[in-house]
Amino acid sequence: MIRSEILREIAPILNPHLVVCNIGLPSQELHMIDDNERNFYMLGTMGLSSSIGLGLALAQDKTVISIDGDGSVLTNLGTLPTIANNVADNYILMIIDNGSYGSTGDQPTYAGKKTKLENVAAACGCENVVTCQDVDAGKALQAAIDSKQMTILVVKCDSGNIKLPVITKDPVVIRDRFMTAVAS
Amino acid sequence: MSISKKIVDDFVANDISFVTTVPCKQLAGVIDEVDARDEIFHIPSNKEDEGMGLCAGAFMGGKRPAIIMQNTAIGVTINTLATLTQYYRMPLPMLISYRGELREPVACQVEMAVHTKALLNQMNIPTYHFHKESDADELDAILKYTFMCNKPVAILTDASFWGGYGDQ
Repeated sequence: MIRSEILREIAPILNPHLVVCNIGLPSQELHMIDDNERNFYMLGTMGLSSSIGLGLALAQDKTVISIDGDGSVLTNLGTLPTIANNVADNYILMIIDNGSYGSTGDQPTYAGKKTKLENVAAACGCENVVTCQDVDAGKALQAAIDSKQMTILVVKCDSGNIKLPVITKDPVVIRDRFMTAVAS
Repeated sequence: MSISKKIVDDFVANDISFVTTVPCKQLAGVIDEVDARDEIFHIPSNKEDEGMGLCAGAFMGGKRPAIIMQNTAIGVTINTLATLTQYYRMPLPMLISYRGELREPVACQVEMAVHTKALLNQMNIPTYHFHKESDADELDAILKYTFMCNKPVAILTDASFWGGYGDQ
């Protein structure tokens, strides 16, 4: 499965929860599959989905799922020790690990070579690190939500992209409707 | 009252309850004070752009955030300031140690100091420079201004403000 197929499958599981979605194709895909006010789409700033999600989870009680990619986590690798040392049990970091920089033309990442992000996360002190294959993503995500424990979920999948339009929503509109959903 | 306590008192009075820090020797006292306050959740960052991401999330979660960092961080965070904090119109007080100014013992610090105000100006970031301790009297008004206009705002604090570098 490729990322867009995973997102389509887990969209009903994500829907009731607050979702911070990674820049580029992941946000465009989620926007196309299930646009709603509980989604925060990143239009810039590669690498910060996990940090924004952690800040949000620490600031309020609702479940927060950050959708990130292996390339983006590698961009902001310092996020993993920060997550490990500031436990928010309403926080799930879901890394869709396709071993490539999808939005820029599927160049390989080091996560697709020797580096295993699940091992990095564990070495950083993250206590609940779950690795699964693409077909099990929904089951693993639901289990992480139900566990009410901070979880790093690494979903291994194939690289590949679909063609779809960029998000043209104004960033302040995205942020404002998201904040209204957070506060509701 | 120590200047660090006064600064953090102003933070608390303005309902700032989520503070991320990247250390600097000049800021050690204020970071200790942030860490000691029950009203503030203190979360150290490994890098300043990461910290700005944390602050963006905390703001959307209903908390007023702030970041404490060194001016060298301006070189690290331009993209985050432009495409996250400014693009989504989020407030962010940035308490910054202005290394490389008068009384600086480390030559390399001057190399970023000479760019600091130019970069902040290029980014249209409102910038205040604390040189004497009494300059901090304006901090309360600066924080209110930041959360009024939903912008990142820089507060540069130089070595003279902090009383020099001691025995460094």
